[in-house]
Amino acid sequence: MPERAEKNSDLKLPPEILDLLTGSDELELEDVDIDVEELEFVYQPGVIPALQRIVTATKGKPTSLLQTPFTLPIQKYPGQIAEVTLGATKSQGGSRGKTVVIGGEKSPAFYTFENPTPNMPVISLDVFDQKVPIPKAVKTNFNDAIQDPVSWAKFAVEKFGAQMITLHLVSIDPLNPKPSTPAEAAKTVEDVLQAVDVPLVVGGCGDPEKDLAVFEKVTAAAEGERLLISTVTLDMDIEKSAKLIKKHGHVALAFSPMDLNQARELNRRLLEYLPKDQIIMDTTTAALGYGLDYAYTIMERARLAGLMGDPELQQPMSSGTTNAWAAREAWQKMDPQWGARELRGPLWETVTGLTLLLAGVDLFMMLHPAAVRTLRNTIKRLTEKRGTADIAKFANWVSSKY
Amino acid sequence: MSGKETKGGMKQLSPIDIYMLLPKTNCKECGEDNCMAFATKVVNREVSISKCLPILTKEQEKNYNKLKELLKPAVKEVSVGVGNNAVNVGGKLVMYRHEFTYTNPTAIAIDVTDEMSDEEIVARVKATQEFTYTYIGNNLQLQMIAVRSTSKDPGKFKNAVKTVAESTNLPIILCSFDSAILESGLMAIPKARPLIYAATKDNWKEMAELALMYKCPLAVSAPNDVSLLRSLAKTLNEYGVEDLLLDPGTFTGVGLGDTINNFTMIRRAACNMGDELLGYPTIGTPITAWAETANSPTVNVWNEAYVASMLITRFADILIMHGTEGWALLPLTVLRQNIYTDPRKPVAVKAGLRVIGTPDENSPVLMTSNFALTYYTVEQDIESAGASAYLLVVDSEGTAIDSGVAGRKLTAETVADAIKESEIEEKVKHKKLIIPGKAARISGEIEELSNWQVLVGPRDSSGIPKFLQEKWK
Repeated sequence: MPERAEKNSDLKLPPEILDLLTGSDELELEDVDIDVEELEFVYQPGVIPALQRIVTATKGKPTSLLQTPFTLPIQKYPGQIAEVTLGATKSQGGSRGKTVVIGGEKSPAFYTFENPTPNMPVISLDVFDQKVPIPKAVKTNFNDAIQDPVSWAKFAVEKFGAQMITLHLVSIDPLNPKPSTPAEAAKTVEDVLQAVDVPLVVGGCGDPEKDLAVFEKVTAAAEGERLLISTVTLDMDIEKSAKLIKKHGHVALAFSPMDLNQARELNRRLLEYLPKDQIIMDTTTAALGYGLDYAYTIMERARLAGLMGDPELQQPMSSGTTNAWAAREAWQKMDPQWGARELRGPLWETVTGLTLLLAGVDLFMMLHPAAVRTLRNTIKRLTEKRGTADIAKFANWVSSKY
Repeated sequence: MSGKETKGGMKQLSPIDIYMLLPKTNCKECGEDNCMAFATKVVNREVSISKCLPILTKEQEKNYNKLKELLKPAVKEVSVGVGNNAVNVGGKLVMYRHEFTYTNPTAIAIDVTDEMSDEEIVARVKATQEFTYTYIGNNLQLQMIAVRSTSKDPGKFKNAVKTVAESTNLPIILCSFDSAILESGLMAIPKARPLIYAATKDNWKEMAELALMYKCPLAVSAPNDVSLLRSLAKTLNEYGVEDLLLDPGTFTGVGLGDTINNFTMIRRAACNMGDELLGYPTIGTPITAWAETANSPTVNVWNEAYVASMLITRFADILIMHGTEGWALLPLTVLRQNIYTDPRKPVAVKAGLRVIGTPDENSPVLMTSNFALTYYTVEQDIESAGASAYLLVVDSEGTAIDSGVAGRKLTAETVADAIKESEIEEKVKHKKLIIPGKAARISGEIEELSNWQVLVGPRDSSGIPKFLQEKWK
């Protein structure tokens, strides 16, 4: 199959993967029951004596199962991650049909034996306001919709059930031959807000001065919409950015370059102007194989530090998971042995996303519909009530013919 | 995570703890200047305690045993297979990778069944054995073969095991819940120390006998029941089986949350709470993804792969898989390599000027970052163009081009400084620097600061050969 697929460059994903993407039925998160007894056990270092490995030579062999109790290895955390709402409905001062809430964790990601996951992580689909290099494996799923940001956003919501849209205003980049103006960018934001009713992330081009000039127009034009403004960085005028975001009722995405101290500093400075529920942080996502290990560990450490009480790392986390496509193994044609890039690419993005999901990411900005759908399904599975495993279905793998 | 671990944890052991138990003679036989220096290396797991020759003497036996106890990992290290082909699993010192480099990367096993033809078995074994991908100077590989009894016929199982053993030296996992079938498999390879899969609440006694008789490690299976898993571990331990692996079940559909919880609880209990009964390596079976009916096997491969990736991150020491597709196994082996590297620093190479081929004063000068993967890729792409060139490796603190530029670790200043320090201006007649397309943002500033003309190259270095051909006369 892989050889054949690689020759046919127009190969589309099997219908099962793509079909899944259109389902928008959300599972209700049931309350998770935890026995009071389980909660009473709190680990105190040093109190539990190390168990001795038993030397059997001196004892008789057991003839029946030796029952031994298992206590859930629960730990208590002094800190909690802030809860942040994105988007605002009419009654909340915006025009969104839906809002999303992320964060609020009291335990590391999906330690549901300790605490239920308070809010399911959310996935936002990328939309660009001008032509950018997009991997073929992704493009085929959007057809002509990617010609302009409005139709792209609509397509992502209607066809793929996007919970959020990330509108990247790359056209404002001063390096462009004819960069669009802040007013033009604000118009694009308004158009996309008109076209879809999900919450929006609005992204700049990475130039700290131009971005701020654009954010000034955008925050005002979208007054009260609770946009996520992406991104605020240490080399921007932080006071001005934060005040704009506060004045017009939005949320700041604090971006730092894989450096916990810088992440802390940026949050600290933003917290001078903004309440905790108006900041999300992004400590940088590197692609699988291209620094994902480092990105993962920075995020895991940030989350653990926040839970242990560090007030400067208690913001929900966001990941630019689309960066997975920077890995050439994701988009390049390779020897037939490595299969079709139409499958390799989205799996690359999926694995990048899932790894960071387990580190504690609350908001994913993603590109490929199959990767999005897999993450969404996985998030549902990970937040389901405990003890639901269908043991009979999976227990026969040893003797099953596949 | 909070404060001290009870044992094996890196935080609580100080060099003094080790030093106090050493002979303190500063004999230098270990190659270190003194016992304190040796103790520091021992704590950092850079050297084994057995390098201290005096401690191995009879008089020091008591201290040696104390040291071994102190240094014992939270998760027992278990070897599968024998000799040079044995694979060690477990041996974990910590729960979180930022605490200390993880030991023994997750071993990936590919399955065969006793109802496959010999040709099919040999083909799958060969594909597993020959799987390799070169990534930052490492060969990513697969480690084991799992033989499953689907026929429930001991004779067929024995033949399949024999066929596998004759075509590979990879360690083998024998899979059946029937001890008679397993024993016939063991008789085919009585000295190969395969992993026996698996003891359950119903068969543990027979399995224990087999493990003892054939001196094999034994997997323990208790689907979604960590309490039973723990009881079985205790029972088997008392029975005399010391090398166990724990399988809490892998549920790839409903129950995935339970799966991740179970693996996490087991590892936390072992690493942070000193629970020795759960202090064994774990085994995950993403192969269960094939129990879901799907119209296309591609969907099963996809599901199996993404669940496997989560178990690599969440504490599995062995994974048993069915799919052999390269597009699925490649991201998994890369992820495993990532998770098991030193967590404290990005993989970087030394900054400075590299010479590729035999460049002269007219040769192109290209720039890249000192993130190892970027560097090796670019170097390889320039070489493949058959071009001679200078490659200026800029210190981006080990970040890739795009994240280095975004994070201001790769700036016009660092590039301009690198140009100056490299003394490249004395080596070439021109002043043209080719920068990666992903660094286009800083091209203007580089020109200003360095007085070099900047040519923006391709966004991916695979475009370098074409770029040089077209743009470099």
